[in-house]
Formats: sequence, structure tokens, C-alpha cells
Amino acid sequence: MNLDSRIDWFPLYLSLRVAALSTIAVVTVGTALAYLLSHRNFPGRNLLESVLTLPLVLPPTVLGYYLLVTVGRSSPFGAAYESIFGHPLVFTWQAAVLAAVLHSAPIYIKAARAVLDEVDPRFERAAQSFGASEWNTFWRVTLPLAQSGLYPLAALAFARSLGDFGVTIMVAGNIPGRTQTLSVAIYDAVESGNGQLARTLVLIVSVVALALLWPGSYLLRSFRRREGA
Amino acid sequence: MKFIDARVSKAFRLPKASEEFKLDLHLETESTAVALLGPSGSGKTLTLNCIAGFVQPDDGRILINDELFFDSRERISRPPRYRRCGYLSQEHALFPHMTIRQNLLFAAHSKPRQKWASGGGLARRRAANEILEAFELTSLADRRPDQLSGGQKQRAALARVLINEPQILLLDEPTRGLDARLRDNFYQLFDRLRERLNIPVLLVTHDLDECLRLAEYVFYIEGGRIVQSGSRYDILTRPATLSMARSLGVYSCVPAEVVALDPGRNVSRISAAGLVIETSYLPGHLLGDHGHVCIRNSEITLLDDSASGVNCFPVAVLRATPAAGGIRLELDGELSATVNQEKWLALGRPTRLKIHIPPQAAHFLS
Repeated sequence: MNLDSRIDWFPLYLSLRVAALSTIAVVTVGTALAYLLSHRNFPGRNLLESVLTLPLVLPPTVLGYYLLVTVGRSSPFGAAYESIFGHPLVFTWQAAVLAAVLHSAPIYIKAARAVLDEVDPRFERAAQSFGASEWNTFWRVTLPLAQSGLYPLAALAFARSLGDFGVTIMVAGNIPGRTQTLSVAIYDAVESGNGQLARTLVLIVSVVALALLWPGSYLLRSFRRREGA
Repeated sequence: MKFIDARVSKAFRLPKASEEFKLDLHLETESTAVALLGPSGSGKTLTLNCIAGFVQPDDGRILINDELFFDSRERISRPPRYRRCGYLSQEHALFPHMTIRQNLLFAAHSKPRQKWASGGGLARRRAANEILEAFELTSLADRRPDQLSGGQKQRAALARVLINEPQILLLDEPTRGLDARLRDNFYQLFDRLRERLNIPVLLVTHDLDECLRLAEYVFYIEGGRIVQSGSRYDILTRPATLSMARSLGVYSCVPAEVVALDPGRNVSRISAAGLVIETSYLPGHLLGDHGHVCIRNSEITLLDDSASGVNCFPVAVLRATPAAGGIRLELDGELSATVNQEKWLALGRPTRLKIHIPPQAAHFLS
């Protein structure tokens, strides 16, 4: 055994932090978008839905490229960010959060929309007929009825945020100790022939993902059962 | 003041139907206990949804209590939350994630503010307690809807609608799925409320008994159109069409021909089921007109053998079956009658007997 076998836990810590922040962003913004898609009829709804699905089918490199163009140092957004925070957004862990959001939001929005569609409209209609505002109806009726269906999706978003590779490496790079997430570290370990490290990290990612998804499937089933009853 | 003045038209294609369904009707009445009666799929619930604001009519104008809810020409459509309609359906729609008390408080809280400008939460709580008491729900207040029986749920749903103080009650088959006793409890509760609160009611039902029990004025709807409107007795005694008479299910409908007309004596004779039935004069009909005669089952009475007179006929009994209102007899010539059980037993369950059809009970439809 040499020094290499000592495992650097930074990628795991970074990945968990990135995934947590990304999940918070995806659940708040994604639920709002899913609600708009499911409950509102507005011009351009289909276009918005298609655009939101696009990241699911495009290669990660294409997404990474778009993201670089949007938040790179020469873009207006990137420049504004740099002038506020004093450092560029690209090749930081914050960029890794963006990459994780891009990776997990589409699938969350699609599934959350389906969950919100399944909420029986008679409850929302009842709330409206009492005079409740749309905002109140959403918070006190729609969301509580949908929440057991949304929890497993949040877990899914977390697991997916944990697993992004392509977009992360394009916008956050592979800087050990700064932007190297788990999936990037695994790639690095394999490339440099560090089989033991690769195996350990692979095992960690797999176990964490399974631990997230397994209970979720029970929750989702209980949601379906209640809505079906 | 008219309680309802609603002209509604809406066309759409149901997923599996080849033909387009078209709702096109004009409800207009001053009565404050109104029913839309009709077979399922006739557009009753759709009409109710148009009034509550959950469905937009293609065309029309809806005035309730002189308030404009919808006008397609002026492009006005008041959102459901400003229509103040208390909507009660057979599916009660109590929020499953809240207790009964929370359900009531939600409804009280959502009410547009003015009344409880001072007092707020405390006043709402007191109102909820009062109504829970009135509806005998106090002991169930902290349970969730799925822990309640069907009758309790329906009572809680009505309480929740009423605490919201709606302008009008829309009831969509409110007692469907309840047994006879619970149904009766619901009607009694309802009567007391109507006396006290005087809220106008629009009821949707396919049940003739419920319609007669709760409504004073009835619109009979079939295929999205009004077939007949009038007081509940008009509807019951003089159905406008054969299909309506058949679907109400309380008539014998027999092919018939007009064989005599005498305006002077206000008498007509109709030949049906091998009998010549005397009835009042039929204006607008000619000798030899073919149609159907409808006779309400419960109006046919049994006579002793010796009896004779106008519209007394000897007939053969094909079958006798016990029914809720007595004994249901199927007679020769597609006639049927519901008769008193004691009378039937006293006559010794005969295979031939004499019946009397009151002249005003025979109703000719061409």
C-alpha cells in the first residue's frame, strides 16, 4: 500500500453540497414551472415544455457549450456575475451547481408535472368556489395533495444532480480540491490507473443513489394509491 | 327579480362519441328551489359547471340573482372564486389532508373579507364550532374525511359549503350513494336550512323522487336541450314527450289512436291496449291521430267486480311483483299499475280484475 490508497473525501463532500443546492433550486423553480405547465393554459406552453425537455435529449457537451456561452466570462450574465462577486462563474463549484441543475431539472419538471396533473381537480375547484386565491389553493390544497408524489422526485433530482459528468466537466472543469465532483473524480481515477479509488467511489455513488431511490418508490406508490382511491 | 336567467350553449366532442354533443338551453325562473332533471349524459352537470365557472360556455349569458356571471358578447367571465357558488357534488370533495374542522376553517377563511373584518380567527373558530354543533359533527371534528361514513361526509361537506355563506347552492346529485335513511336525514337537514338561511338552490338529479322532494320548479333536460319546464306537478302529470315519460319510469306508455273528439262536452276517446279510454278534450288533435297514451302507474286503481262506469275495464293480470310502493301489476296490453298491497290481497290475487283509469290521468302524446 502506498500513499495513493489514502482516499481524498473532498469530491464526495463537494458532490453532496452541489447536489443539495441544485436540488433546492430544482424543487422550487421546477415545481413552479411544472405547476404552470399543468394548470395554466398560455400561448407558448408547448414550446416551453419542449425547451424544458431539450436537455434530456441533447448530448452533455452541447449543453455544456450552451452554458459556457450563457455564463462565460464574455457573456453579459458572466460579466455581471464577475463584477458582483469578484471572480468569474465558470470553473468554480457554483458552476458545478448550475450544471447539476441543468442535468436534473428537466426530468424533475416532467415528472412533477405528471404528479400535479394527477391531483384531482375537484379539490382545487372546491377551494376556488370558496373564494380562495390561486396562490392559497396551490399552497394549502394542490401542494399538500401532491407532496407525497413530489418527495421521491426531489430524491430523484438529488441523485441525478450527484451523477452529472459531461456538463460539469465543461463548465466547472476538473480542479482537484475545488471543482472535482465525484463523477469527475471517478473519471480521473480511472484515467490515472487508480483502480482502488475508482472502485470505492463507484460503490459510494451507487449506494447513495440506491438509498435515495428505493424509499421513493414506496412513497410514489402510496401517492398513486391515494389519488386512485 | 329572477333567480336564474342563464342562456348557455356549448358544443364539444366526447372522446369516444362519433357525434358532437351540443348543450343549448335557456334557464329562466323566479323560483328559488330549482331542479335540472334528466337522464345521465343530458348535460345537467355541464350546465352546473358553467354556472359555477369551471367550464366556459361557447356562447351565452348567465345572470344569478341579478348578478352577471358570464356574458360572451361583453367578454365577461367572472372567475369561480368571485361567483360565491356553494357547490356540493356526490363526491363531496372534502380535502383529504385536513380534518373536518380544518376543512371548515379553510372555507371560512377563504370567504371574501368584510364580515369578519374584526374578530378574525376567533370569530371563524366560533362559527366553525356552531356549525359543527348544528350538524352533529362536533365529535368528528378532528377526524379526517376518510375516517367518516358516507352520510357523515355528506353532512360535513354541506356544513363546509354553508360556513362559506354562498349566494346560491349548486347541488349535483347530493344523495347519490346514500341509503334511504341517510337520504331522508339529508333532506330533513336541508329543509331546516332552507327555512333558516333562505339560500336559493339549483339541484341536478336524475332521480324523480329527489327532484319532487327538493325542488319547486323543474327543467327537464334531454340531449342538452330543455324538453319541458314547469312546476314539479306539471312535470309529473303532463310529460311533454314520450321519451321523457319513459325515462321518468312511472308511466305506462301504450300506442294509441284518437277515436272520438267532443269539444262540447270536453271529452275525447283514445283507443289503446284494446280499451277505449275516455279523457278530457285534446285540442290540436284530429280523429285518427296516432300516438301514445301515458298513464301514471299509481293512478290506476283496482275496483270490485261489480263496479262499472266510465273508464272501468276488466283486464288480465300477467304478473304481480312486490315493489316499494305496493304491488306492481303487469296487465294485458303493456299497461302496468302500482296498487295497494292490502287491496290486492283482499281481492285474492286474481288473474282478472277490474281497473279504473281516471280521465285526467290518461295523457295523450302524438
